[in-house]
Amino acid sequence: MIGLGHYLAVGAVLFVLGVLGIFLNRKNIIVILMAIELILLAVNINLVAFSAFLGDLVGQVFAMFVLTVAAGEAAIGLAILVIYFRGRGTIAVDDVHQMKG
Amino acid sequence: MLASILLTLPELILSTAALLLMLVVAWFEDGSARVVTWLAILSLAAAAAFVPGYDGSSRLGFGGLVVADGFAAFSKAVIYAGAAAALVAASGWFGRDGDYRAEYPLLILLSSVGMGMMVSASDLLTLYVGLELQSLAAYVLASFQRSDTRSAEAGLKYFVLGALASGILLYGISLLYGFTGTTSFHDIATAIQTQKHGADGLSHGILFGLVFVLAGIAFKVSAVPFHMWTPDVYEGAPSPVTAFFASAPKVAAMALLTRLAVQGLGGATFEWRQIVIFMALASTILGGVAAIGQPNVKRLLAYSSINNVGFALIGLAAAGEAGVASVLFYMAVYMVMTLGSFFIVLRMRDGEGRPVESIASLSGLSKTRPWLALAMAMFMFSLAGVPPLMGFWPKFFVFQAAVDAKLTWLAAIGIATSVISAFYYLKIVKTMYFDEAAPAYAGTRDLAQTVLLIAASLFVSPLGYLLVGPLAQASRNAASALF
Repeated sequence: MIGLGHYLAVGAVLFVLGVLGIFLNRKNIIVILMAIELILLAVNINLVAFSAFLGDLVGQVFAMFVLTVAAGEAAIGLAILVIYFRGRGTIAVDDVHQMKG
Repeated sequence: MLASILLTLPELILSTAALLLMLVVAWFEDGSARVVTWLAILSLAAAAAFVPGYDGSSRLGFGGLVVADGFAAFSKAVIYAGAAAALVAASGWFGRDGDYRAEYPLLILLSSVGMGMMVSASDLLTLYVGLELQSLAAYVLASFQRSDTRSAEAGLKYFVLGALASGILLYGISLLYGFTGTTSFHDIATAIQTQKHGADGLSHGILFGLVFVLAGIAFKVSAVPFHMWTPDVYEGAPSPVTAFFASAPKVAAMALLTRLAVQGLGGATFEWRQIVIFMALASTILGGVAAIGQPNVKRLLAYSSINNVGFALIGLAAAGEAGVASVLFYMAVYMVMTLGSFFIVLRMRDGEGRPVESIASLSGLSKTRPWLALAMAMFMFSLAGVPPLMGFWPKFFVFQAAVDAKLTWLAAIGIATSVISAFYYLKIVKTMYFDEAAPAYAGTRDLAQTVLLIAASLFVSPLGYLLVGPLAQASRNAASALF
């Protein structure tokens, strides 16, 4: 029988993978955008699982809002990425260091 | 339903204005940028005029999703004023480079809608949507100068770290929802009380949720240890955008944090106070120490904003009504001081009119531009908290609230770190008054900006003392709405 704990474990694992994807990734920025999506989806699993087990709809409504915002966030992230690429000609993570201090 | 709609009147005015102005921009293109800017300022003024709750009444709307009370009204008035000042700052600054586009006022308006939602959120759902609306507009603003690679890099860094912070915040929200069974602040408070007095005590799920949520919001107010984006973004973003980031969004995020901590998580004050105290100490110390060697004035002001957020967090750690009032008072005065300093940064232009940002270029300003130097010196002394100036009072109220809450040691450390930070503020004054004169800055002819700069200087000058009473009273009234 799959219980709430299993869902939360999957959510937690995906969340940690997403966070690690941002910090350990040394390749390119698109991967970071995918890691961000992973974090948001992990949260959605949490919300929907809680919602189902509490018998309360708010969590599912919340998940819908998260999906919508995630779409907007991805669009803006890619737009900024395009501007960045135009100026610098690269999207490698290691090259994002013009400012340091 | 109509009553609910009337509660969100300022947001409705701003979003309608943003949509209509977007049509104007689509029709008349970038030539309309200046007119659109003034129309946007006008709609911010209209929104501020129609904020419900100035009278101290408190009403819930949309089934408890939004609240209109004195706290929200005070914060909104401050936020809209800050956004309007950022608009005035921009039209004069970009104008010279010829790349002022009409999207700027629209993005500020949309960001203001988000900030308004943040401060009147009484549910985690409204909190999240408001925060994202504010942030998404801010990411675009940071990378607004498309031709400048530093601006694009600032936007990219802000976006990646901001999205991570939203993810952390959301994860915390999902845990809070799961372990209390509700997303409304009021019901969360009730659930926490019930659990605390129950046999098992506060569940670990709520504690984890609380930590994640605080971490997510700490990023937005740029409190240490979630501050690492601030110096880079402040340096890379165009100066008027930096001025905006340092003012209105900070006030909004701080008000949001205060309302959530006091109203939603009030039952767990003991738990979140430890986190807030840690963030306050770390922010004041790091903001004071790390700024010392900075050669770039925008970076220096970034650390100054981290430092100031730390002081406001000391007020939040005091937690009572006096503490909340001191946070509001602090953020309002801080906003004027930081906007004033940025208005001077906006005027730093070399002979050919290119913006300069090095502190060295300020040397000898007292000989070339004595009034500008005097204003800058006043803002610096005020940020350092030197008594006859306005900046002393918010620090005084914050420390007083901390002492009254039996956190005397915290107030003592706060006073010590404010001495550290005085060092780099005074270094700027020394550079302006005692160093060999650097080449003079080019003149400006932006009347609106000059008027605002003079108003901000008068506000921080000893004359501002006349305003301490009314402003402190207003912040106390606003704080009483949360208790």
